[in-house]
Amino acid sequence: MAEITEVPSPFCGIGTDDLNIQVDGVALKVVKNGCAINTPAFEQVITDTLPRVEGKEVSLEVAVAKAAVLLKDTNQPLIGGCATDVNGMRALLALADRSGAVVDNMSFTGARNNFLALQDSGWMNTTLAEIKNRCDLLLVVGTDLESFSPRFFERYLWNEESMFLDDTSKREVIYLGKAPSGEASTSPNGQKAKVFECANADLPEVVAVLRALVKGNPIRVDFVGGIAVTDLQSIADKLKAATYSVVTWAAGALAFSQAELTVQTISEMVKDLNNRNTRSSGFPLGGKEGDQTANQVCGWTTGYPARTRFSSGYPEYDPYLNDANVLLANGEADTLVWVQAFNAKAVPPITTLPTIVVGRSGMTFTQEPDVFIPVGTPGIDHAGHAYRMDNVVAIRLKKLRESGLPSTFDVLNAIEQAL
Amino acid sequence: MLIKLTNGAVYDPASGVDGTKQDIYIQDGRIVNKPVGDDPVDKEFDLSGKVVMSGAIDMHTHIGGGKGNIARILLPEDHRQDPVARTDVTRSGCGHAMPSTFVTGYRYAEMGYTAGFEPAVLPINARQAHMEMADIPILDKGGYVLLGSDDYLLRMLTAKKDQKAINDYVAFTMQAAKAIGVKVVNPGGINAFKFNQRKLDLDEQNCHYGVTPRDILQVLATAVKEIGVSHPLHVHGCNLGVPGNVNTTLDTIQGIGGLPMHLTHIQFHSYGTEGDFKFSSGAAQIAEAVNKNKNITIDVGQILFGQTVTASGDNMRQHANHKFASPNKWVTMDIECDAGCGVVPFKYKDQNFVNALQWAIGLETFLLVEDPWRIFLTTDHPNGAPFTSYPHLIRLLMDRSFRNDVLSTIHPEAQKMTNLASIEREYSLQEIAIMTRAGAAKLIGLQDRGGLSAGNWADITVYTDNVDRQKMFEKPDYVFKDGQLVVVDGKVVSTKWGTTHVVKPDFDASLEKDLQKYFDRFMTMKLGNFKISDDEITEDGRGSLTIHPLNGEVA
Repeated sequence: MAEITEVPSPFCGIGTDDLNIQVDGVALKVVKNGCAINTPAFEQVITDTLPRVEGKEVSLEVAVAKAAVLLKDTNQPLIGGCATDVNGMRALLALADRSGAVVDNMSFTGARNNFLALQDSGWMNTTLAEIKNRCDLLLVVGTDLESFSPRFFERYLWNEESMFLDDTSKREVIYLGKAPSGEASTSPNGQKAKVFECANADLPEVVAVLRALVKGNPIRVDFVGGIAVTDLQSIADKLKAATYSVVTWAAGALAFSQAELTVQTISEMVKDLNNRNTRSSGFPLGGKEGDQTANQVCGWTTGYPARTRFSSGYPEYDPYLNDANVLLANGEADTLVWVQAFNAKAVPPITTLPTIVVGRSGMTFTQEPDVFIPVGTPGIDHAGHAYRMDNVVAIRLKKLRESGLPSTFDVLNAIEQAL
Repeated sequence: MLIKLTNGAVYDPASGVDGTKQDIYIQDGRIVNKPVGDDPVDKEFDLSGKVVMSGAIDMHTHIGGGKGNIARILLPEDHRQDPVARTDVTRSGCGHAMPSTFVTGYRYAEMGYTAGFEPAVLPINARQAHMEMADIPILDKGGYVLLGSDDYLLRMLTAKKDQKAINDYVAFTMQAAKAIGVKVVNPGGINAFKFNQRKLDLDEQNCHYGVTPRDILQVLATAVKEIGVSHPLHVHGCNLGVPGNVNTTLDTIQGIGGLPMHLTHIQFHSYGTEGDFKFSSGAAQIAEAVNKNKNITIDVGQILFGQTVTASGDNMRQHANHKFASPNKWVTMDIECDAGCGVVPFKYKDQNFVNALQWAIGLETFLLVEDPWRIFLTTDHPNGAPFTSYPHLIRLLMDRSFRNDVLSTIHPEAQKMTNLASIEREYSLQEIAIMTRAGAAKLIGLQDRGGLSAGNWADITVYTDNVDRQKMFEKPDYVFKDGQLVVVDGKVVSTKWGTTHVVKPDFDASLEKDLQKYFDRFMTMKLGNFKISDDEITEDGRGSLTIHPLNGEVA
């Protein structure tokens, strides 16, 4: 039995790399610094080791050959999931380029709220170490941060020391929209976060009023979305008075129509603050199951984020029309390849189309795919790279055990070569 | 396999050959002497009437790293103007201002370039820079690691750590980030912006650390020299784009006290405040200073008219310039107590007075600096213009009547503010070969590249001589990379993977104890996970590392 230290996690999005993991054969046990997300993700046991074609166990070669046959005579293959490491995405995009597929990351509909705002007006953002050392006011919009990232507060807000704050426990946390589900946001000296709840559907209005108050525009109502304008004024005043405020949100949590406009309002408010003689930064949350990784690698390979098609012979981006679910619903695809190396529970959508699943060992299906190839998990079964939520830092994933499972890259590259 | 290139006019400044007709032999990827025995020539190329140079080297081009990818994601409408389809030998992608990685490799090779160097590798983002460059086919690549606004260095300066300690930190960072040079961007200014300082002059203190840009330049230039890195400290100075910054730049040159220093995209740092619009050319003063101070090298960062996107580590200046964004969208980031970035799309217009004069200032600089070994041809891709505009730029330098024709079309007030029309100089082919080949290889400290004598790697470009230099340089007849024929008639015919050029200066290992404490207290990853291992470059079976000797050891 061996214990591996300083293990980085691709699961929690915040790039924790202080886990200790005991390895006993292929069994893993997180013995230090686990959390509700990382511990089960690392400890999940291997069940499948052999690929299946039509439910029957076959060799990898047979499964790859069958996948290639399915892809060869298609008019519009669709590659969904797209949840893997950098090398896995490289092979995925090479396969898509060769087969003329549509590529769609499974988290894109949420992330689209960010991309539309970014591509329309841009933003001023920051990264985790700046938050850890500078942030004196954290405004959390529409998101339950601790269920998203259980260790965010411990690692990046209530850290014992910071370079530029005398006492990190004096940082202020404000929730706007959703209330926190637990006590992680309560500071070590007992100071609770201020919470201003409203319905999701009211967030666009609430955020718009907050921005107006930051700019000093008059507001002629007393309440918006159930929140007193005087309370929003106090948030605006704190943002203006802070030395380095950070406004954070999870694009996927803003589950209402045209939430991109709310992301844009937040981002423009941050710009406004920086024009008022103080510093402020936005901080979009994400980084789970390879979402940032998919968008980064697709970005440098095609110029576009990971909702891009290759059916014309060159990449074409459309954040709506290339949605895998839309294509399936409209009968516009004729083969589905589902790639999910991190999460055995994230199974492909139910479809009558020929389906190839390149997935984490342990996936169970209500409808057995035509081809299932279990692959290793990046950061457990093989080394690799994954982006954390701040989209700047790529963490170096370690190989923890010898499972014999192939990597996503191995499998997709073999299928491409067989075409 | 023995390849013979017969009877071409060879321009090889590295060995002093200036247009002489010579045969070149290639074997096992390298240039070899004429075989003495009866080795049969497997393939011969008749290069009568052709011009032969080594593969061109872009010593400053933003081809890898986070800010470039932000620029890509930001501009889908730009990509849609220039889709690039897959072929039997090439991958699909996009072109224009910030091309996809694969298209970057193809288009550089199709202009005869065989190497490009990313000048702003943030230590914390170095993995991304290398991963992107790993997806650029054909080209060799490398990076200059960015220091000077990182809190660790500034803490060292405040704590009055000695030069030896700083040397160790610089050497450590070069190894950790797999770099071949060291860059500083708006020295200390990126850091100061995080403390809400909006400008930082050469002698202005960072409000938290009390350190000035001059202090930072001094210790970093000294460190680079003392640890023996061939490439001098690569400096993006203070006050980029600010009228009057010519004085800052002159002061920077004087202040470095004879230490080797490379001033990059100097065009953006050569502005005076004369004239009706309080914006004038400082190119003559800059050129005079460069001519006089042999320790100084520069690249120009020429602007050319049209749409592009600016991507810089200088978030302080990029934030100030966001009001010029066209289209009006922009990004800045504060990054990991390490650095920052700013991405602002720009459309340079010939009928805009400032843009037109910027264009003239760049050209004045090229033409007034006398020594082609100390000036380099760049547009600071994509900041002044996309790299695909190099053949046009070469024509502007080599063809005075063409240059003056273009000059006569720009904003009339800008024409009055430049002496460009009176400058007679036209660059020669040999001078172009120095700037884009031999000089660049020498400046970066590349062994066995940038020359055509036996022993060099066979990176070779063959052009058809043409008085229209733009036509000549945009479509080489042949390009060989490591002896493999990769381009014929300006089109990629085969691809391969280039190497990553690095240096590995030594440092005192005890430094890591203090760094480890710093990482555990203030950073967001473990020191061990921060350092990039050799495997990360080579494990995909395509990448390789080429370690170059330190100063004095180059053969």
